[in-house]
Amino acid sequence: MTSIALVRTGIRPFRGAIVTALLLVWLVGFTVLHGQDTLALGAADTTPLHGRLNDLNDAVGANRNSNPLFLYFFNEIRLVVDQLTTFISSLVSQPAFGRPVPLIGWLGVVALVGFGSWALGNLKVGLLAAAGFTFMGLQGLWQQSMDTFALTLSAVLVALLVGIPLGIWAGVSDRVNRIVTPVLDFMQTMPTFVYLAPLTLVFLIGPASAVIATLIYAAPPVIRIAAHGIRQSPKETLEAAQSLGATRSQTLRQVMLPLAKRTIVIGVNQTIMAALSMVTIAALIDAPGLGRVVLRSLQSLDVGTAFNAGLSIVIMAIVFDRVTTAASVRVERARRTTSRIPARVRKVALLVGGAVTAVCLYLSYTFVWAAEFPTDFDVGSPISRAASAVTDWAQLHLSALTSDFKELVTNSLLNPFQSLLTDSPWWLLFAVLVGIAAVAGSVRTAVTTALCLALIVGTGLWFDAMTTLAATLVATVAVMALGLVLGVWMGRSVRVDRVIRPVLDAAQTMPSFVYLVPFVALFAASRFTGIAAAVVYAAPVAIKIIADGIAAVSPTTMEAATAAGSSSWQVITKVQLPMSLGTLALAMNQGLIYVLSMVVVGGLVGGGALGYDVVAGFRQNALFGKGLAAGLAIVLLGIMLDRITQSVASRAQATTDHVRH
Amino acid sequence: MTIPSQFTEPAQSSEPSAGETMTTAIPEELVQSPSLEAKATAGAPAPVISVQNLWKVFGANADGVPRSEELRALPRKELKQRTGCVAAVCDLSFDVAPGEVFVVMGLSGSGKSTLVRCLTRLIEPTAGRVLFKGDDILQANERSLRELRRHNIAMVFQHFGLLPHRRVADNVSYGLEIRGAGKKERSQRAAEVIDLVGLSGYESSFPDQLSGGMQQRVGLARALAGDPEVLLFDEPFSALDPLIRRDMQNEVIRLHHEVGKTMVFITHDLSEALKLGDRILIMRDGRLVQVGTGAELVGAPADDYVRDFVREVPRSHVLTLRWIMRPVQPDDQLDGPEFGPEVVVREAVRAVLESERPIKVVEDGRLLGVVGNAEILAVVAES
Ligand SMILES: Nc1ncnc2c1ncn2[C@@H]1O[C@H](COP(=O)(O)OP(=O)(O)OP(=O)(O)O)[C@@H](O)[C@H]1O
Ligand SMILES: [Mg+2]
Repeated sequence: MTSIALVRTGIRPFRGAIVTALLLVWLVGFTVLHGQDTLALGAADTTPLHGRLNDLNDAVGANRNSNPLFLYFFNEIRLVVDQLTTFISSLVSQPAFGRPVPLIGWLGVVALVGFGSWALGNLKVGLLAAAGFTFMGLQGLWQQSMDTFALTLSAVLVALLVGIPLGIWAGVSDRVNRIVTPVLDFMQTMPTFVYLAPLTLVFLIGPASAVIATLIYAAPPVIRIAAHGIRQSPKETLEAAQSLGATRSQTLRQVMLPLAKRTIVIGVNQTIMAALSMVTIAALIDAPGLGRVVLRSLQSLDVGTAFNAGLSIVIMAIVFDRVTTAASVRVERARRTTSRIPARVRKVALLVGGAVTAVCLYLSYTFVWAAEFPTDFDVGSPISRAASAVTDWAQLHLSALTSDFKELVTNSLLNPFQSLLTDSPWWLLFAVLVGIAAVAGSVRTAVTTALCLALIVGTGLWFDAMTTLAATLVATVAVMALGLVLGVWMGRSVRVDRVIRPVLDAAQTMPSFVYLVPFVALFAASRFTGIAAAVVYAAPVAIKIIADGIAAVSPTTMEAATAAGSSSWQVITKVQLPMSLGTLALAMNQGLIYVLSMVVVGGLVGGGALGYDVVAGFRQNALFGKGLAAGLAIVLLGIMLDRITQSVASRAQATTDHVRH
Repeated sequence: MTIPSQFTEPAQSSEPSAGETMTTAIPEELVQSPSLEAKATAGAPAPVISVQNLWKVFGANADGVPRSEELRALPRKELKQRTGCVAAVCDLSFDVAPGEVFVVMGLSGSGKSTLVRCLTRLIEPTAGRVLFKGDDILQANERSLRELRRHNIAMVFQHFGLLPHRRVADNVSYGLEIRGAGKKERSQRAAEVIDLVGLSGYESSFPDQLSGGMQQRVGLARALAGDPEVLLFDEPFSALDPLIRRDMQNEVIRLHHEVGKTMVFITHDLSEALKLGDRILIMRDGRLVQVGTGAELVGAPADDYVRDFVREVPRSHVLTLRWIMRPVQPDDQLDGPEFGPEVVVREAVRAVLESERPIKVVEDGRLLGVVGNAEILAVVAES
């Protein structure tokens, strides 16, 4: 019980006092200086910096084919990626080789995907994959689905080709690991959105850029997880191999890789999921596919069609996830003959399946009926009509509820808070934020924060950045509230955990884009819509982290508290939460990063601010520079929030560790 | 099983009288002194492994520590404070004779694992020499070091270090695979050693389907498969429960009888050390405290550390008659039964108590001393 007393003493009250004082100063300053020095900038206005970025864009455009850097480097990359993408597209999605249809028609693709999933995973996921792909076609989205599939496939191929060796290298070499880790950490805090603008600057708009953005976004998970898998090899097993005289390469091939195989496959899963998510968002830079359908119909508020496309994306995500998970289980079990189906039976069945697939491939190459997805059974329109009907109904009957709720949150929480951030003089807010960073974190955190804020001022988008920050903070508060309630519940009961966790896992595999669809249906396009989507998008991560933290509190301590006569509420507030402070801070860190990445996507559906600036930059040439600057501002916000919450987390972790020992 | 140790025979003529501490720890200078080496080569087979002034220091600028007269002498704690370096093994010297079971013992953190890993450079020593049949392992290049590991010295690990994705037979033959042996040779040899360690029938099991004791048998078989001259064991049985541990100890004794390998055996369990070891080296904080047979450690502990260590040992199980006999006195009746000096007290108790007269301790026909009821009871009562 002494441990509990310790958490509550310490130096926190002192810090709390300073933070309170800072907030008071801010409030007073806000009331007095309201509306001065807000650095507001109109939606179509630009600063000289934006103009210079535009010039840069033009200059790049003019010199694309003469500058050696482009000629021999960027253009080459673009060319290779473009050829790969074109090749894969010509296989499944685009007419090619003088044919009016792709080489492989729908029947061939369905058979191949089903067979491949069966071979890599099991029969169940094989059927799931075939059914899933067929369903996409039945929705009338075969062409778009195949475009998405082809882009994802291209990006994943390259990401794995580069990522797995790099990850293994980082696993084997401490030095490489030290270099790679901070880069990956940084990349992971960046919202998907901000990859796009700089890439279009270099690689133009279109599928090639989309694939490059996707592979940059999708490679880190597999690098990180592969490195982790290699590093995890038990030290004594490595020593045993070494003591038998194994060379380094023998150790790598015969010990490390087989042991890390399963982990690496999990990394592949993560990479595929990230790639799908990015490919759909890359619709913003003109990538073809399902993302484009979602984007267009969101803009025209055609919820029915958006729902069709969103559903196809979700199904594709589920198929990818299930198949790779089944594959990793197979990898694990491959060494066992204890599978239910004898290996020989499976081999024969696979041979037969392979033959059938070959026949399907041939048919789909030769006959139109097997090449073009039949339009006789249209399940897309009914689904889309149903979705529209539900939306209409909801807007008619629930609008009292939803719009009241929306108005309530917007007027009582969002608006005042946003005004507090945006209508304060920038220098006041600047000082307060740096002060909070210094108190909550360290001098170093304060310096980073000051630097980020100064650069944000420099981007000329202070006002928009503060709007985005306000939305992000409001959403994060909601995420943490959800996380605390559900996380504590799950952490305290294994049964609840077992029910909720799969739902959260499934939610996490969904590309961020599709989260917007139901919220647009419910709340129409508004600032609130983006925030609500961000809360739901970020909640699973926070809930899971908190649940794990609560569950990790040592049973002995809990027993001691219970034995001392604490009620459940007392156990939660005096033992479990204080002892999971580090975890809570970590959950907040992750929650913030997820929220930020979704809040900016919300720019598409009325969220305004930085997200809108980025999107507008893609649409209008004159706003390109501003969009680029907005992307930069998002990155800076992300770094700032990450650093502050991380230093809070490490401080909290230190206190908790201190207590736990 | 016992091969007489060459260097550390107890003073034979002078009886160990109470009060006089007998120091059997070899002074370190002595080990390298030419006279002793000469004696070793002349009187006994050359050592298989000879460790000379071995150092392993962890930390930045570790190299400087063994070189500096001042730092060398510092105890571990002070060295850590002064330089931030941890001296895991300090200035250690000993020889291991062919066919001997040489046990290294010490408390946790005393540097045992580090020491045994330095022998085949799984951990790179900081200074000193490790001779394998006269060749300095520390000078070996990567290639010959690998050859040494493949053919001459094998190791058994505390947590087995098996490859979970390979079956028992493939684990056992892994060393052979590494050195490029053909499939047929591998499976034949694997079957042999699996049989030797009593695991027949489990060839195609996976390690995680076996109990801890069986897994360690696999580790043992793997080490034996390459037919090495020396086996190194790093606390191989401390992860096993007591009954299995005893089984495995007996297994090692049996194997030693059957294959007669030289063994270097690390343990922190004194009874294990006494049971297996021909000689025992006691380490503390990286330094050598005493080397000797079990009887020497119990009969003449070098210092309080060793005395503490052996306090709980039943002396009658370890001490030999040599340690408790007294010189013949004029009024002794010398027609009692005869025993050799290396007979353990416990085995002579009955004879002594049943005999009317003291028993005679005789070596090569020479009467060394006698043991009467008083001497026996003194030992038995103590333990
Ligand atoms: N890689 C390392 N870096 C720094 N110090 C080390 C390293 N390995 C071991 N040490 C230190 O060296 C000392 C000896 O460690 P070692 O593992 O050899 O002890 P041990 O006798 O085998 O102990 P145990 O019985 O617990 O296995 C310890 O103080 C340990 O902290
Ligand atoms: Mg050890």
